Amino acid sequence: MTAVKLPSDAEAAVATPEFEAAAIRQESRRGFLLAMPSYAYLVLFFAVPLVIVVVYSFATRNRFGGTDLSGWNLASYARLSEPIVRDILFRSLWLALLTTLICLVIAYPFAYYLATRTPVVRNLMLVFVMIPFWTNFLVRNYAWRVILGNDGPFTDVTEAIGLGERELLFSKTAVVLGLVYSFLPFMILPLYAAIERIDKRLLEASRDLYASGWQSFRKVLLPLSMPGVIAGSILVFVPSLGAYVTPDILGGSKTTLLGSYIVTQFLTARNWPFGAALSFVLMAVMLTTTVVYFRKGGRTL
Amino acid sequence: MKNLTQLRILAGLLVFALVAAACGDDDEGAEQASCEVGETDGNLAMYNWAEYIDEEQLAEFASEHGISFTLDTYDSNEAMQPIISAGGSGYDVIVPSDYMVSILIDAGSIQPLNFDAIPNAANISADFEGIYYDPEGEFSVPYQWGTTGIGVNTAAVGTDFPRSWGLIFDPAISGEFDGEIQLLNDPRETMGAALKYLGYSLNTTSEAELDEATELVASTGSRLAAFNTDSADEFLTSGETVIAHGYSGDMFVQYLETDNPEDYVYFVPEEGGTRWIDNMAIPFDAPHPCTAHTFINWMLSAEQGAALTNWNYYATPNEAAYQLLDQELLDFISNPELYAGGVESLEEIEDTGDFEIKYADAFTEAKG
Amino acid sequence: MSKLLDKTASRTAGSAVEPHGWTKGVLLANGWLVYAFFYAPILLLVIFSFSDSRNVGVWGGFTLDWYEGFVDSRQTQAALWNSVKIATVSTVVSVVLGTMSALALERFKFRGKQVFDALLYLPIIIPDVTMAVMMLLFFAEFFDVLNAVFGTELRKGFSSIALSHIAFSISFVSVVVRARLAGMSSHLEEAALDLYATRWQAFRFVTFPQILPGILGGALLAMTISLDDVVITQFVTGPGWTTLPVYVFGLIRRGVTPLINAVSVVMLMASMTLVALSLLVERVRNVGTNQRRGF
Repeated sequence: MTAVKLPSDAEAAVATPEFEAAAIRQESRRGFLLAMPSYAYLVLFFAVPLVIVVVYSFATRNRFGGTDLSGWNLASYARLSEPIVRDILFRSLWLALLTTLICLVIAYPFAYYLATRTPVVRNLMLVFVMIPFWTNFLVRNYAWRVILGNDGPFTDVTEAIGLGERELLFSKTAVVLGLVYSFLPFMILPLYAAIERIDKRLLEASRDLYASGWQSFRKVLLPLSMPGVIAGSILVFVPSLGAYVTPDILGGSKTTLLGSYIVTQFLTARNWPFGAALSFVLMAVMLTTTVVYFRKGGRTL
Repeated sequence: MKNLTQLRILAGLLVFALVAAACGDDDEGAEQASCEVGETDGNLAMYNWAEYIDEEQLAEFASEHGISFTLDTYDSNEAMQPIISAGGSGYDVIVPSDYMVSILIDAGSIQPLNFDAIPNAANISADFEGIYYDPEGEFSVPYQWGTTGIGVNTAAVGTDFPRSWGLIFDPAISGEFDGEIQLLNDPRETMGAALKYLGYSLNTTSEAELDEATELVASTGSRLAAFNTDSADEFLTSGETVIAHGYSGDMFVQYLETDNPEDYVYFVPEEGGTRWIDNMAIPFDAPHPCTAHTFINWMLSAEQGAALTNWNYYATPNEAAYQLLDQELLDFISNPELYAGGVESLEEIEDTGDFEIKYADAFTEAKG
Repeated sequence: MSKLLDKTASRTAGSAVEPHGWTKGVLLANGWLVYAFFYAPILLLVIFSFSDSRNVGVWGGFTLDWYEGFVDSRQTQAALWNSVKIATVSTVVSVVLGTMSALALERFKFRGKQVFDALLYLPIIIPDVTMAVMMLLFFAEFFDVLNAVFGTELRKGFSSIALSHIAFSISFVSVVVRARLAGMSSHLEEAALDLYATRWQAFRFVTFPQILPGILGGALLAMTISLDDVVITQFVTGPGWTTLPVYVFGLIRRGVTPLINAVSVVMLMASMTLVALSLLVERVRNVGTNQRRGF
């Protein structure tokens, strides 16, 4: 996002140097006051609980599956180098990336189309995007299982068009399909918000200057909508990486992904220290990927 | 630099969190409650498996005693245990399975029962005395029990098959049912089935035996439709699978929902399988222990024990309730093939302590 | 000012921006396919809510039994209401807090901005089971401490669920609103301030209308996530506060019956009615005025 660099608010507001220091102080106080409620909230109801689990990741699982808060060690982190963890991590990264790309390819034209409608149509279309997601996500996943399953509508269709009986259920394809379905709105919403905001006269100007449709997309629309692309990608990539219900219901649990692996540690092996350690690795991977992503996009996190 | 104050605040909170985390672990052993028979000290809050008790039955209890009730549900022992152990859950009665009872006792999370307030405990069959997870029978009373075995669609598989785990694990027998077999998505059950097939105990702590079982489960490959616990019975009756690994009561209920129940059988293979027992227990900090005792006593009466089984189709530990059971259910139970290897071949899953991690890892590895 | 922009915008509408030719065809086809994709499972859900068979996916003839079952089941109804109450409260609170933090981060420089930014980002990337476990451990202590210090009688239930849902929803709202704010010029606000508008007026009449789509998007997202959350809710809930997803999750053990479909259909109907009403209200209010730029 290097195409347009707008002056930030603080720079623009301070026109005369002599008031600079005072104005910056005032701005700073305003910003802080605005952020304060959420800040305090998140520290109390997120950071503090998070620290408790960080503490757990250095503790030991006791014989009965509880966690002993003594004998601090790094054993849980040492286990992360095991090949099984690496395999699961790479497999999950790949599936999450694939899901994100598919969502982006589907959602971008959709969001663009949405943004070019009149406000009434646009709102209506947006609402119709969200309505399916006000049903329960488990129910939606089960509905997909019926569609893709034995003698379901999907096999009926493949048979009708002469592909033979193709059962998709319990395959990786079914998992990706389920993930795309679950997270597509997370891509559409921020993309729409970003595209709708763009001053379309810029696009017209580019066409007036003999840019092809592709060029004006590539050089004007895409760079200007980059914040939406980034926000959407994160909102899809992150939950895909941690997903466990869809791989379970549509994939038949035959491929263990990172999300399922973490759930297994907490809820089956009752190995909380290892579960906590795995979670932090997952969070670290996500933070790094997205920071790199942001930097590439020309914005700081 | 700017963030220094904030970092200090965060550091302070970290200390609080550390202290809080350390405090969380003190488990003072709870005292036995002193209650009279039939005494209530508030409304009943039950935490039970989903669809394991009829709401009507709870409503009946509540109206008989002039109180109200809430019923909340969980889907696994492991999801319930931390909630109870953390304290402040607010529940009066919980229903943990066998191995989980021993874990809850060790964690100090359930209180000893006052059997003076539970005279109906005399109805419980002697088979449930001195069982490993609560040897003195101080903390729990059995609620329902059942087995884990194989369900078969005889319309697809025929009736001429060995009553063996080989139906799943031996390619010579099950090779033709490609993609039509399901295993439970549970490390102890599925590794346990493989261990039984290999002739080992399902509570083994031998790594070599577990490795063999891991290879066996992994070798099922494409014959397997899915690892699934929730829908084993539905997959079988909807035609998604023809051989299913699942729980007795689930299978019976599901069979009776179909138009042709005679097309399905359920049995525990001759090599043996799991027997599990769910129990009623009272959390250490239950807000209404006397209501809880009264409820447990009420549930252990002959009529209520039979009502429970006639609703969820799991076996009752309540001897006095036997003659009140539905004929439909008795037909299933009287099937001579139900335990192909005899009742002695059944084994309960025990907590193996640190070896649980090995089971979970082996299962993940086997699934790929 | 904004009226003027409107006119410019509508005069030039339909040129380079309005898709045409094969681009239009592709966009239109993509749009319909997306809706088909979204509604395929919903259609199935609706159909089987009328099926006289315990198995979802096996048609057993028409029946209204499952709807009767919903009306009769105290537990299902209680779960539905719990979900609605929690989603409403957590959406409202997180929209306010999330929008404020988005504004602070996009429009102001202040001490500790980076720390705040990172903190705001964590709830999005944390696996939900991890958050569930940490909230469980936290609330077990937190309520004890409060009750000891202030003599209150707080227990796990509505408050712990709502507090947890808000904790992750703030971040989602903030991300969506920020995507809208990012790079959006602040010239209009400055112009308003130059013309002696107060900070509040500038926000209310200039910034707010511009970011409204972002706020609505964020609200929808927050609501959806709250209505779908199972694991975190399961760990912080108390007696009588089972939400719909938690209830459904439990039911699955004995098989998903069309009862759940019926509940979903009822929820769909309720939310669609709500949306229709709010659209109607907006229509009436906006009659004669076209407040937004018609990109």
